[in-house]
Amino acid sequence: MNRVLAKRELAPLVTLLEVEAPRIQRRWKAGQFIIIRPLETSERIPLTIVDSNAERQSITMVIQAIGKTTKEAVSLEPEALMCDLVGPLGEPATMSKGKNVVCMAGGVGVAELLPVAKAFHQAGNRVTALCGARSENYRILDAELKEAVDELHWATDDGSFGFHGNVVQLLNSLAGPDTFQEGHVIGPIPMMKAAAEATRGWGLKLHASLNPVMIDGTGMCGGCRVTVGHEVKFACVDGPEFDAHLVDFDELTRRNRAYREMEQESLNHKCRVGLDIH
Amino acid sequence: MAAPPLKYKPNPKAPRQALPLLDAQVRARTAEEVALGFTPEQVSVEAQRCLQCAKPTCVEACPLHIDIKRFIARLAENEFQAAHDVISEQSPFPGVCGRVCQHELFCEDACIVGRKWDPVAIGSLERFAADHARLRMQELATSYPKPTGPKVALVGSGPASLIAAYDLIRWNYQVTIFEALHKLGGVLAYGIPNFRLPREILREEIARLQNMGVEFVVDFIAGKTASLAELMEEGYQAIFIGTGAGLPHMMGIPGENLVGVYTANEFLTRINLMEAFKFPDAPTPVRVGKRTIVVGGGNSAMDAARWANRMGSETTILYRRGRVELKARLEEIEHAEEEGIKFEFLAAPVALYGDENGYVKEIECIRMELGEPDESGRRAPVPIESSRHRIAVDTVVAAIGQAPNPTLQKVTPQLITRRGRILIDEHGETSMAHVYAGGDVVRGGSTVILAMKDGRAAAQAIHNALSGTPEVQ
Ligand SMILES: Cc1cc2nc3c(=O)[nH]c(=O)nc-3n(C[C@H](O)[C@H](O)[C@H](O)COP(=O)(O)OP(=O)(O)OC[C@H]3O[C@@H](n4cnc5c(N)ncnc54)[C@H](O)[C@@H]3O)c2cc1C
Ligand SMILES: Cc1cc2nc3c(=O)[nH]c(=O)nc-3n(C[C@H](O)[C@H](O)[C@H](O)COP(=O)(O)OP(=O)(O)OC[C@H]3O[C@@H](n4cnc5c(N)ncnc54)[C@H](O)[C@@H]3O)c2cc1C
Ligand code: SF4
Ligand code: SF4
Ligand code: FES
Ligand SMILES: [Mg+2]
Repeated sequence: MNRVLAKRELAPLVTLLEVEAPRIQRRWKAGQFIIIRPLETSERIPLTIVDSNAERQSITMVIQAIGKTTKEAVSLEPEALMCDLVGPLGEPATMSKGKNVVCMAGGVGVAELLPVAKAFHQAGNRVTALCGARSENYRILDAELKEAVDELHWATDDGSFGFHGNVVQLLNSLAGPDTFQEGHVIGPIPMMKAAAEATRGWGLKLHASLNPVMIDGTGMCGGCRVTVGHEVKFACVDGPEFDAHLVDFDELTRRNRAYREMEQESLNHKCRVGLDIH
Repeated sequence: MAAPPLKYKPNPKAPRQALPLLDAQVRARTAEEVALGFTPEQVSVEAQRCLQCAKPTCVEACPLHIDIKRFIARLAENEFQAAHDVISEQSPFPGVCGRVCQHELFCEDACIVGRKWDPVAIGSLERFAADHARLRMQELATSYPKPTGPKVALVGSGPASLIAAYDLIRWNYQVTIFEALHKLGGVLAYGIPNFRLPREILREEIARLQNMGVEFVVDFIAGKTASLAELMEEGYQAIFIGTGAGLPHMMGIPGENLVGVYTANEFLTRINLMEAFKFPDAPTPVRVGKRTIVVGGGNSAMDAARWANRMGSETTILYRRGRVELKARLEEIEHAEEEGIKFEFLAAPVALYGDENGYVKEIECIRMELGEPDESGRRAPVPIESSRHRIAVDTVVAAIGQAPNPTLQKVTPQLITRRGRILIDEHGETSMAHVYAGGDVVRGGSTVILAMKDGRAAAQAIHNALSGTPEVQ
C-alpha cells in the first residue's frame, strides 16, 4: 500500500499523482516505469515514473484517464492508499553526452518525456523538445520542460498554440537529416511510427519508448512482446525503449487493440456485487 | 521405543478408495474444485490399508519426510486433528501438497502395498487431514512469540521459500519473504488453477506462517526494488533465492505474435491471478474463442486446456510425443480427458496464420514419428514432412516450458548461472557468500515437492552457517 500525497489536474483528463514510494524514489532512473493496482479490485497497469522527491520519499506519475483502471487511479485522493505499486521496472533510457538531441512526445507522452529530456540535458547534451497537444489547454508540464531543456517547441492540432500541426510535421519544419544525432520519442503509436519513418535515413539514432499491454511487468508472461528487427522482445524487461527504426509498429498497433471491446465493456460494467449494496 | 500395538488390523486388500469428483459435465463449466476429497468412511478404509511397515519406505521417499506411517495410523483411529499435528512436524502445507504433489512419483511410488495391490492413497489422506484441520482452524490460532534471531530474507513466495520460512522461523530466525507480484504463493497462485487448488486453502496455509511471525512483503522485485547487497546492508544475514522458472519459452514459429496467441504463463496469469474467468466482474480480460489449441504436454498445458474448455471453447492439446510421455500429473490428464478435451499426439505446430486484423485464425501442424531416444532417454519426435495440415483456431496457448526468471541474475553478475539456472554447491549456497538458492530457479521447471525439498535443505544450511551448529535435530 502506498499513500497518495498530492493530486493535481494538469489538463482535461490528465492528472498528476504524487505517491509515497521510498525504495523506488531512491533507485529509479529516467525511462523506467511502475505497475500499479489502484484498488484491491483493479487490474495491473504500467505507468511511467515522471519525477521523484527525496524529502517526501515520493514518486510522481501522470495519468491520462482513458479507461477503467486509469479512471480508478485518478479517483484516489490525497491520503488515500494505492493498493499496489511495484518498480522501478524496465531498463533506463539510453543516454549519451555532448550530442544534439531531439526529444519528441505527444499527449500524455509529454509527461513521460520529461525525465528523459532532463537526463539528456544533465548528461551534457543539447536538448530540443518537440511536444504535441490537441490544443492550447491540453499542454502539460510546459514550465518544467522549459526549465529542463535548451529549446522547447509546441505543436497543436488546431493551431491554438505554437506550430499548427503534429510533432512530426514540426520536426520536418525545423530539422533535416543532419540536425540531430540522437533522439527519443514517446507517445501514441501512430506518432512514434511517423517519427521513425520521417527520420529513416537521417543520421539520427532514434529511441522509441513502447507501450504494449502488460500484466506482470517482470518478464514472466510474455504478453508485452514486440518485434524489433525481426526479433521477439519482452518490452517490460528488454525495454520499454527500443530502436525506433527497427520496431514493428503495425504489429504493436494490432496487439494493443486486442481487448478493445472488452475494455469498453469493463468500463461500462457495474460489478454485480457492488450493485447489490445500493 | 517400541510402537504401541495397533488398535485395528490392517487390510491392504481392500480396494484403493477412489477420490470423489465433481461430475465431469458440471465441472467443465465451473471454477469449483474438481476433487471433493475422501469421506470419513473412505478415510477409515484407506488408512487401514496401510501396513504400518517397520521400515516405512514411503517416509523416506517423501522429500519432506512427512511421518506418513504415523499420520495414517492417527487417521485410522479417527484422530483426525492428531493426524494433522503429525504432518505439521514436517510441513504446514498438507492442503497444498495433498492436492498438487506428484505423489505417484514419490511416497506412493515407494509404498509397499503398491508392490502387490494399489498403493495407499497417501496424497488424498494427507489432503483429508488438512481439510479436517481447516474446518477447525480456530483451534490453530495459537499465538507465537516474536522471533529474535538473525534476519533472513527469502526472495519469491513459491513453495521453496514457503517451506524454508517454516523451518527458519521455528529456529527463531526473523524471516521476511519478498514477492514480486501482489499475491503470495508463486506458481501456486498464478499458475495452478482454482479448480485444482482453491485459493482459500493456499491463503490459509500461508496465513499460518504469518501467524507464526513470518513477514511478507509483496510488490518487491529483488534486483529492481532493492539489490541483494542492499538487503545485506539492511541487516539480512542470509538470503535465499526462490524466484522460480517464470520465463516462458516461445515456439519460435511464424505468427506467434498474432492476437489470440498466448504463452501458458500469460493465459494462466490472466485467469488465475487476475481472475479473468470472472470478467467483466473482474477487470482483466482474456480472449478465449470457439476453438482453442494448447501446445505442450506438461501441467501448464493441462491447466490452460482445462480453463479454455471451462470458458466454453472446444479445446485440443497438441503434443509432439505420445500419451505415455505426457509430463503432467496422471490425475490431471485423466480429468482433462473426462472433461472432453481432445488430444492430438505426435503433432507439432509449424506456423500460425492470421486474419486482416491480425487475429490468429489457423494453425499449421505437422505429424511426428518417434525416432531414437534423446538425452532424456525418451524417443525423440521426428517430423513427417508430407503431413502438414491446417486447423481453424482462434486461441492458441503455447505451454512448452519455462526457463529461470532472469531479472535478479541480470543485475547480480556475481551470481554464477548455467543456461539461466543459478548454480549452487552441495549446501545450496550460490557463488555469493550467504546467498542460497533452490527450487525452479536452480532446477529449471520442476515440481512443488522438489522445490520444497530444496527450500528445506537451504534453511538447514542457513541455520548451520548462522548458528555455528553443524547439525540440528
Ligand atoms: C511502459 C508503459 C508506460 C506507460 N506510461 C503511462 C503514463 O505515464 N501515463 C499514462 O496515462 N499511461 C501510460 N501508459 C499507458 C497505460 O498503461 C494505459 O493507458 C492503461 O493501462 C489503460 O488502462 P485502462 O484500464 O484505464 O484503459 P483500457 O480501456 O483498459 O485500455 C485503453 C488502452 O490502453 C492500453 N492498455 C490497456 N491495458 C493495458 C495494460 N495492462 N498495459 C498497457 N496498456 C494497456 C490498450 O491499448 C487499450 O486499448 C504506459 C504504458 C506502458 C506500457
Ligand atoms: C501451470 C503450472 C502447473 C503446475 N502444476 C504442478 C503440479 O500440479 N504439481 C507439481 O508438483 N508441480 C506443478 N508445477 C510446477 C511447480 O509449480 C513448480 O515447480 C514450483 O512452483 C516451483 O517453486 P519455486 O518456489 O521454485 O518457484 P515459483 O513457484 O515459481 O515461485 C517463484 C516466485 O518468485 C517470484 N519472483 C521471481 N523473481 C522475483 C524477484 N526478483 N523478486 C521477488 N520475487 C520474485 C515470482 O513472482 C514467484 O511468485 C506446475 C507449474 C506450472 C507453471
Ligand atoms: S508431500 Fe507429497 S510425497 Fe510427501 S507425503 Fe505428501 S503427497 Fe507424499
Ligand atoms: S509404505 Fe505404504 S504401507 Fe508402508 S507405512 Fe508407508 S503407506 Fe503404509
Ligand atoms: S508484462 Fe509480462 S512479460 Fe512483460
Ligand atoms: Mg483496462
